[in-house]
Amino acid sequence: MADRLVVDIAGLHKRYGPVEAVRGLDLQVPRGSIYGFLGRNGAGKTTTIKVLLGMARPSDGAARVFGLPADAPAASVEIRRRTGFVSEDKELYDFMSVEEIVRFTAPFFPKWRRDLEERYMRVFELPAGMKVKALSRGTRTKLALLLALCRGAELLVLDEPTSGLDPAVAEQVLQALVGHVARDETTIFFSSHQIAEVEQIADRIAIVDRGRAVLAGALDELRENFRRVQLVFDRDAPQAVFRAAGVARVRRQGRVLTVIASGGAEPILDEARALGPVSVDVAPVTLKEIFLETVATED
Amino acid sequence: MLFRPNPSLGVPIYLQLMEQVKHAVETGALRAGDQLPGIRPLAEELVINPNTVAKAYRELEHEGVIELRHGAGAFVTAQAGGRKLADRVRAAQPLVAAAIERLRARGLTDEEIRRLFEAELAGLTRTGGQRG
Repeated sequence: MADRLVVDIAGLHKRYGPVEAVRGLDLQVPRGSIYGFLGRNGAGKTTTIKVLLGMARPSDGAARVFGLPADAPAASVEIRRRTGFVSEDKELYDFMSVEEIVRFTAPFFPKWRRDLEERYMRVFELPAGMKVKALSRGTRTKLALLLALCRGAELLVLDEPTSGLDPAVAEQVLQALVGHVARDETTIFFSSHQIAEVEQIADRIAIVDRGRAVLAGALDELRENFRRVQLVFDRDAPQAVFRAAGVARVRRQGRVLTVIASGGAEPILDEARALGPVSVDVAPVTLKEIFLETVATED
Repeated sequence: MLFRPNPSLGVPIYLQLMEQVKHAVETGALRAGDQLPGIRPLAEELVINPNTVAKAYRELEHEGVIELRHGAGAFVTAQAGGRKLADRVRAAQPLVAAAIERLRARGLTDEEIRRLFEAELAGLTRTGGQRG
């Protein structure tokens, strides 16, 4: 089991002085998955990534990568050797040219993939002679991604990989990630606040809110299990308390009672019918709606 | 392009892909012996997770629609019964079309009709209420 999990986080806390950026996060990333780590800005995504890569120490709880403790210095070196990381800022040496930074980076990694390097130079249309500091944001991101993809890493950790990219470049990046996983059996863990791209390429997700994973699992299962049940009454909707498990949210609006069920509609239907509605509708729930229903919106 | 799943629907992508493959078989766009795209090329082309494509193919094989030949790829089976299935589906289409026309004539929107179908398929007919 441990071998199947590339990332295993249990009860993680991270405090910066009085600020608690991560508070009791649990998260498990199986090998070979594209794992979308979804949350609003400030939800604790980047802090979690820093802990995984040994750039921040947990205040409490544990984070393991490849079964190794992320906060142990020797283990952390090993973790970083086997992990490709692209930070949100896409930090690169600005004074080098594209060609130079690729040649500079390659020798650090014994498993450097020359074949992929050539492939992505071509696919990403990277200008070999151009200085890194002159690159557009999109091209800079693609260069950072090339450097991460070519090192033969078992795990790619990407912090907001498509933020600030135009849709065409973002699609190119997503396509490269999908192709990479299919070809090289890599695991990808990426943070994002873009629901559309997460639901496009992720097979597993966690929704993180205020330092906790409020929802995690296989995306297909979430899609199959979440249902909106809408009850319409010929009077004001009753104050209903559902005993069945899997009721994520109940909302009353005039004659309408809306129930978001996380375990399919079936378990709550008997209780729903007992309330005597004049109609019952069941509809699937999109990831965007799931996100909005599970993440606190008041600040 | 033959397949075009929409990730933003609440429906799992692998189910959408399965439906689209079956539809292609039903309409004759894919016939017995035809090869489907490989998992990796299709994932790249559609920019979706390769595990999702693999899952759709596994389920389609389980249902006997396609056959996964080791190393060679995925092929539409002879007993995918494109014809029979196609005939049955074609025969059912006018029934659905007529029902939808009548519902529209009653002033229901397509979205309302879709929800009614979903509710019906989910076995909600026992509520006993009638819609206004």
